[in-house]
Amino acid sequence: MSQQLLDTILKKIEDLSGPDVIEESKLNFDEPFIVMDSDSWNLEMAQMLKADSKLKFDFLCCLTGVDYKDHMEVIYNLYSMELDQYLCIKVKTPRSNPKVISVQPIWKTADWHEREAYDLLGIEFSGHPNLTRILLEDDWVGHPLRKDYTFDKEEMGL
Amino acid sequence: MSIKTEQMVLNIGPQHPSTHGVFRIEVEIEGEIIRHAKPVIGYLHRGTEKLAEDLTYSQFIPYTDRLDYMNAMTNNYVYCSAIEKLMEIEVPERAEYLRVIVMELNRIASHLVWWGTYLLDIGAISPFIYAFRDRDTILDRLNEISGARMTFNYMRIGGVKWDAPVGWIEKVLETVKVLRENFAEYDTLVTGNEIFVGRTKGVGYISKEDAINWGLSGPILRGSGVKFDLRKNQPYSIYDRFDFEVPTREEGDCFARYEVRLEEMRQSLRIVEQACEQICEGEILHKKGQRIMMLKPPAGETYFRCEASKGEIGVYVVSEGKTKPYRVKLRRPSFVNVEILAGLLKNRNIADLVAIFGSLDVVLGEVDA
Repeated sequence: MSQQLLDTILKKIEDLSGPDVIEESKLNFDEPFIVMDSDSWNLEMAQMLKADSKLKFDFLCCLTGVDYKDHMEVIYNLYSMELDQYLCIKVKTPRSNPKVISVQPIWKTADWHEREAYDLLGIEFSGHPNLTRILLEDDWVGHPLRKDYTFDKEEMGL
Repeated sequence: MSIKTEQMVLNIGPQHPSTHGVFRIEVEIEGEIIRHAKPVIGYLHRGTEKLAEDLTYSQFIPYTDRLDYMNAMTNNYVYCSAIEKLMEIEVPERAEYLRVIVMELNRIASHLVWWGTYLLDIGAISPFIYAFRDRDTILDRLNEISGARMTFNYMRIGGVKWDAPVGWIEKVLETVKVLRENFAEYDTLVTGNEIFVGRTKGVGYISKEDAINWGLSGPILRGSGVKFDLRKNQPYSIYDRFDFEVPTREEGDCFARYEVRLEEMRQSLRIVEQACEQICEGEILHKKGQRIMMLKPPAGETYFRCEASKGEIGVYVVSEGKTKPYRVKLRRPSFVNVEILAGLLKNRNIADLVAIFGSLDVVLGEVDA
């Protein structure tokens, strides 16, 4: 069942953007899981995932940013309310200039999730209407969830 | 003759009593009508996700208590379960039952706090006393089993920390009876009250489509007519063994959300009752979970979600096969649910601000993480 869904998703993406965009695909805990580069990930594809009658991923559960030291990733956990199915997409982006498109026009809930990822990891979401810090102060320096983030223990009272 | 008016910026919070924590909202008002609202959050940010990377898997459990401190049992649960999923641990049956009982009791306690404070916010003082009387009975039960009233630190990866003390199950059943009787008072006290209905009906409308698109969950989603409850739709733990309803309302306004929460408390009582009847003897912690400082989930990553009192709480955890997690992302329902606030307030009367914000049931400890 999940394998079938994964095949459908891969086919739809291939029809839309050609065969080379998927870097890796597998079932992770029995859920479709695909990896691609930020150059391949675009609004058209996101819109297709949401609108296609066999996919209908209308609910963005979670958006996670991860610093992998040599690159960064944005992870989307999608769910379809109607068809009761999951999809996890990982989008890789270079660490020197982490930049991913904003999916806020497709799933409004991404608005604050993206601001949080920008705030804590410094990932830029192009096309976001208001990409500002959300949890930390506006004049905060650095992005704490980056693995090389250092802080002054004395200043923090430690 | 026309009177000259101009927009005024009004700053509410961060210390306003209705903000239930530290929340600030900047509103631009024209007369009494809100033209633009900008929520400002982050005052309670403690860097919980960053702290997780420096702690062992088990050490992080008490930190989850401090996200949504009204509903800490579910926070414990969602984190432990995500790790259990990575490690493929099966939790002993008795532990599952204990987990369900405490989680449902905690859900009622959380809804009670909401019920009392919501009415307090919009001007009714006495319901608060009723709600806290009943909530305290529940907290006594939770205190007896976990040793704490709010920050429980009760669950462990692979089970729970303490077994139920002698006679505790019977006490819980007694509490359920008392609560069921008391809940009847709630309707007579509040539900039909004309002022309350006038302040909440037709206020803060959220459509079905908006609710899904904004990622809303929990009573807000169900108040907008979407019958979706993770306990029912994706039964985790042992929720498939219980008979309970998922209440929904079509109206999508503050009153609909009120009704959904009130009904949910009654359904939770049913679950607690059934769990107390079905519970069996046995182990309470999987043997893999006993050496708590040595836990090493295999390398991998997963997302696990479950139904908290405020909505979908989720954990995305990345493991490198070491004793500390590489990355823990917490999907906090309050953080996501409060996003829609600015849109809801647009062109509404300033007096509706508190009624709308309160109906979202937000806990700032969770919003700010």
